[in-house]
Amino acid sequence: MSAPLLKIEGLHAAYGAIEALRGVDVEINEGEIVTLIGANGAGKSTLLMSMCGKPRPTAGRITFEGRDITGLATHQIMRLGIAQSPEGRRIFPRMTVMENLKMGAVVTDPAFFDEDLDRAFRMFPRLKERQGQRGGTLSGGEQQMLAIARALMSRPRLLLLDEPSLGLAPIIVRQIFQVIREINAEQGMTVFLVEQNAFHALKLAHRAYVLAGGRVQMSGTSAELLGNEEVRAAYLEGGH
Amino acid sequence: MAVADLNAATRPAPATPFQAALKDAALVALVAMALAGPIVGLQTVDRGGSLTVDARFAEVAVGIVIVFFGRLGLALSDRGLRLPSYGIAAGLAAAGFLLPWPTDLLGVLAIAAGAALVIRGLAGQYGAHRQSKAALATETDEEKADRLRRLFTRGLGFLLLAAAVLLPMMPFANSYILDTAIRVLTYMMLAWGLNIVIGLAGLLDLGYVAFYAVGAYTYALLSKDHGFGFWGALPLSGLFAASFGVLLGFPVLRLRGDYLAIVTLGFGEIIRIVLLNWTNFSGGPNGIGSIPRLTFFGHPFVRNAPEGVVPFHQLFGLDFSPLHRSIFFFYLILVLALVVNVFTIRIRRLPVGRAWEALREDEIACRALGINPTNTKLTAFAIGAMFAGFAGSFFATTQSFVSPESFTFLESAMILAIVVLGGMGSQLGVALAAILVIGLTEAFRGLAEYRMLVFGLGMVLIMIWRPRGLLSHRDPTILINSGKGVRP
Ligand SMILES: Nc1ncnc2c1ncn2[C@@H]1O[C@H](COP(=O)(O)OP(=O)(O)OP(=O)(O)O)[C@@H](O)[C@H]1O
Ligand SMILES: [Mg+2]
Repeated sequence: MSAPLLKIEGLHAAYGAIEALRGVDVEINEGEIVTLIGANGAGKSTLLMSMCGKPRPTAGRITFEGRDITGLATHQIMRLGIAQSPEGRRIFPRMTVMENLKMGAVVTDPAFFDEDLDRAFRMFPRLKERQGQRGGTLSGGEQQMLAIARALMSRPRLLLLDEPSLGLAPIIVRQIFQVIREINAEQGMTVFLVEQNAFHALKLAHRAYVLAGGRVQMSGTSAELLGNEEVRAAYLEGGH
Repeated sequence: MAVADLNAATRPAPATPFQAALKDAALVALVAMALAGPIVGLQTVDRGGSLTVDARFAEVAVGIVIVFFGRLGLALSDRGLRLPSYGIAAGLAAAGFLLPWPTDLLGVLAIAAGAALVIRGLAGQYGAHRQSKAALATETDEEKADRLRRLFTRGLGFLLLAAAVLLPMMPFANSYILDTAIRVLTYMMLAWGLNIVIGLAGLLDLGYVAFYAVGAYTYALLSKDHGFGFWGALPLSGLFAASFGVLLGFPVLRLRGDYLAIVTLGFGEIIRIVLLNWTNFSGGPNGIGSIPRLTFFGHPFVRNAPEGVVPFHQLFGLDFSPLHRSIFFFYLILVLALVVNVFTIRIRRLPVGRAWEALREDEIACRALGINPTNTKLTAFAIGAMFAGFAGSFFATTQSFVSPESFTFLESAMILAIVVLGGMGSQLGVALAAILVIGLTEAFRGLAEYRMLVFGLGMVLIMIWRPRGLLSHRDPTILINSGKGVRP
């Protein structure tokens, strides 16, 4: 097997004295959807954010396309071909949909803009209808679509998504997950998906990691984890 | 007022809106009486060494009458009875102008109350209009409202511009009016510059006047000691101020909000104190005088020019008039201010300008999109500083004298007030606020020490009614042609 697109080895990260990650190892291969599930406070968002440089890892190593990116500033990392739709979406509320998308494309050659915009609108026709509307007045689902579309405007090699299903109705969740599946299947986009919604995430992803207390508790193919008793008991029972 | 509002909200539905408004107004007048009676009504006077108490019942009574009618007008306006409210406003204003008041201040207050009522009424109507629109909310409606607003903004903008261009040709344009207009435009230019830093990039800079000072002193030294002409010294002063911006910005722009404000405040004071104490360099408290006055491309504005120099009026075959210089200065600052304005409007649509605004909305999201926050803020800081430097040059050449006194914190506060009042980021709002703030402080010059009080009162009132500034609406930088893609 070729070298993974992104490799995390023995990653530690802390907020002041609180150690949120205590030696995490994760590999993401080109073309995969990898999901990270775990309880609230397990450190999922922290892992995703420290892949982007903040909080800075206190120990361990992150390599992207064979290049050591540990300790780079966030904006430098994002320019290497990683994009994220952060927890809570963080779209620009006073800016219009179109302006938000333009912001997503700041690091790319403007020559690609029209093409990328077209693709974004094909993925999310709703955004096309709403392109003149301010981000803050979009519905939660639309905001999530915008956050994903904005991330994709930078033509990333790796897309990081933090809880895209948060606070959305099941039907919208299915729509969004369907789009993620299409992006992966049609464009070969590598996706790292942080999710609470373990059942849907495992259905969508190829492989998965379970994070607990800042450590990887379990990992394997999605099918394996879906069939695993412990996972079922902790993350799936009573769920969906 | 808050007390009365609360009551109005919790009381069961009253018989008629008019009665309710009356009751409301009476209640507020009562509160005013309770407060003003002892505070204003009784004055201790030193009479022959012993303190006695004087009663000023006339003033209190008149004040309470103003409060009563003011509140009545507001209450009526809030209950949808706009016409009676405007009537009261007109009455108050007329009374303010015509009646013999015990003190001038009361007359001014009556006029201000009238004006406030009108503003409140209009704002209410506009809001109701917006709400009725929002009721049928589809996104095309929002876009339509946006378009109308843009049309209105543009119309008003052109109107103001036309008025400015025509002003010097008006028969009433004497040197006082022109000087005031020049002051307004100078502050407008400064405020537009600061608007880039605060309004667009969201960096609270309380020491903006430092860059104004750097520009002015650079200009003074360059033109006086090194023989630079205006057009040579102007860009150099701007660039020098911008470098100062970078120098200061680099270490401090990592700071956030309050910390940045405090550091910039300190920086402003440091510059002033250095200028005050570095006598060899800056002339200390005496400043730098006899800075060469601006000429019209080599033709000075003087009655009798030295041998070989053609003064301005001879060049055009006019009679000498001291107004010529003022008019030229006026147009010059108008052009400079417009340059800043057009530059800001343009740069908002470029990636860097959009990044400033995005940074103000969400810095974390910006980082995640690959934007380097420090550099982006630095450009905003430097460009804002550069415009302050230009304004400083203009100031130096028009006054032909600079001293640290012109660059106190009060100036920064004034410019900041204009930006905040204008609505942080709105170009037209800032222009209106500059006219309002400088115009009002001029208009109330007769009130001497009350002037700042009235100014403060005005600020408070505006912040109550328009907490986000006069024009707080942010226009999108990209216009959408329904379904037809992007127009940059
Ligand atoms: N900015 C911060 N400062 C201090 N502690 C933090 C900060 N962000 C997160 N933490 C702590 O780090 C731990 C991991 O948080 P994290 O946000 O990574 O959890 P999570 O797995 O994403 O949870 P959730 O599913 O609720 O989003 C938690 O104990 C949290 O309190
Ligand atoms: Mg999280």
